[in-house]
Amino acid sequence: MEKRKLGSVIKYAVLTLLLLIYIFPFFMVLINAFKEKADVIKNPMALIGKSGFILSNFREAVRKMDFFRALGNSLLITGSSTLLIIIISAMAAYIIARKNWMACKLFHVLMILSLAIPFQVLMIPLVSIYGGIFHMLNYRSTLIFMHLGFSVSMSCFLFHGAVKSTIPLELEDAAAIDGCGSFKIFFQIVLPLLKPTIVTTVIINTLNLWNDYLLPSLILGDSKLYTLPIATRIFYGAFSSDLGLILAALVLMILPILALYLFLQKYIIEGVVAGAVKG
Amino acid sequence: MNKKEPFLHKSLLFVGFAGPAVFCFMLVMVIPFIYGIYLTLTSWNGISADKAFVGFENYTAIFQDVQFWNSLGLTILYSAISVVFINVLAFGLAYLVTGGMKGQNFFRAGFFTPNLIGGLVLGYIWQFIFSRAMVSAGNYLNIGFLSTSWLSDPGKALAALIIVSVWQYSGFMMLIYIAGLMSIPKELLEAGIIDGCGKGQSLRYIILPQLNSSFVICLFLSITRCFMTYDLNLSLTNGGPFGSTKMAAMYVYQQAFVSKNYGAGQTEAVVLFLICAAISIAQVYIGKRNEVNA
Repeated sequence: MEKRKLGSVIKYAVLTLLLLIYIFPFFMVLINAFKEKADVIKNPMALIGKSGFILSNFREAVRKMDFFRALGNSLLITGSSTLLIIIISAMAAYIIARKNWMACKLFHVLMILSLAIPFQVLMIPLVSIYGGIFHMLNYRSTLIFMHLGFSVSMSCFLFHGAVKSTIPLELEDAAAIDGCGSFKIFFQIVLPLLKPTIVTTVIINTLNLWNDYLLPSLILGDSKLYTLPIATRIFYGAFSSDLGLILAALVLMILPILALYLFLQKYIIEGVVAGAVKG
Repeated sequence: MNKKEPFLHKSLLFVGFAGPAVFCFMLVMVIPFIYGIYLTLTSWNGISADKAFVGFENYTAIFQDVQFWNSLGLTILYSAISVVFINVLAFGLAYLVTGGMKGQNFFRAGFFTPNLIGGLVLGYIWQFIFSRAMVSAGNYLNIGFLSTSWLSDPGKALAALIIVSVWQYSGFMMLIYIAGLMSIPKELLEAGIIDGCGKGQSLRYIILPQLNSSFVICLFLSITRCFMTYDLNLSLTNGGPFGSTKMAAMYVYQQAFVSKNYGAGQTEAVVLFLICAAISIAQVYIGKRNEVNA
């Protein structure tokens, strides 16, 4: 018994130490964001700088980064893309799962194959086609459209599995006998039953799109349209020597997500696992 | 029953349900993919109206592009080391936080935290740690190898990239290993204890073989992610010092959008994709074969 107790003490000690190491970078950024530049350079390990605890870094970072505009763009793009992805991929997955038509099978196979293609293979043709031929860059709607195209296969794949395994066919047959049309059956019976998968897809897509940098940076060249990651990059380039300011900007970037994580931790972890294991 | 439905009705139903998804998917993935293959056969510079058709010239030219092979070699080195450390650490963490101890959800959530934030911001955070915090601590405590910035030394800059990747992905892969560990039937472990298995033995002969599919998934995910790393590379080292950490994804990006060699860049992207696909397919194939044996 004694030996077991000792073992669990060691286990806790190891885990706590590891967790501290994992959290340490965030902690360093956080404490230094409240210091003057000179204090950051002189002693980054100190909890509070010599000139005290200051908030001016944040005020300036918000202004110079045009933080709220970028936040608005990020919210608009991530929000509307995610919403549309859920609707169109759930609908497509439903018809693919229920009908044995050629078109359904073909589309299904193509989507599964596409999961293996990395973004780097598509970025040059995308810029060539949408920039060079159609002149459609620099619109938020173009970015949203591309987010749809990239995310639809993974989401469709998850919904397809859920329809096949969790929605009883008898329910739909009964509704059809009662005179329900296909669309009514889908929106009133199937979609509500897909709720757990909707949560998973919302989480996976929101995290991916919110943090995406490369695609948005290729599409949105106009500073009024910048999303948060692009704004951070530009800001970093211009102010990389003003450490306090930079760190405040980084805190502004990570704080909203960490706050959300505090409340939705359980769903986020479950959603990510469901997405990864099935994918 | 389906056969009796008239074709028009079927088409309307398909377009109505799958139309928008098919439309986006075709225009963003399928057509650009095919167009991308066509681009590899041209010497387009991204601006001029005519795209000179050059056949397989881009493919043969790759063999002479030393920089591309250097960046590819670096990517393979970085990926190999990262993948090993990511998975060892992830499995270790998963094993420690599934024993039914108090507060294990708290630890899981903590280790996963870096994955909530994009590679770009993570890179900037660590740039501060490596170039400021560690240097200051190193000077203060008189530790030689910490007292200069790791990011200004080629070898250490690569190590820094690996450290950040391991830090980021280990928490993610941990979740997959946890899911695997939880799905091992309790009877199996109990039977082992009755047969006199110690902790080490049950780990070696029961748990590890049962986790084969988790290993296949995690290796696949970590290989493909490491191979295509761009954001982190950009924000942590930006390919430096002196281009020593410019990995393949960044090289492809610069070839196309900085040097304006769209045809050559696209060809290298396709080659990179094929190499990555070959490695990950081989890995999955070997992993699955083990599953049958176990």
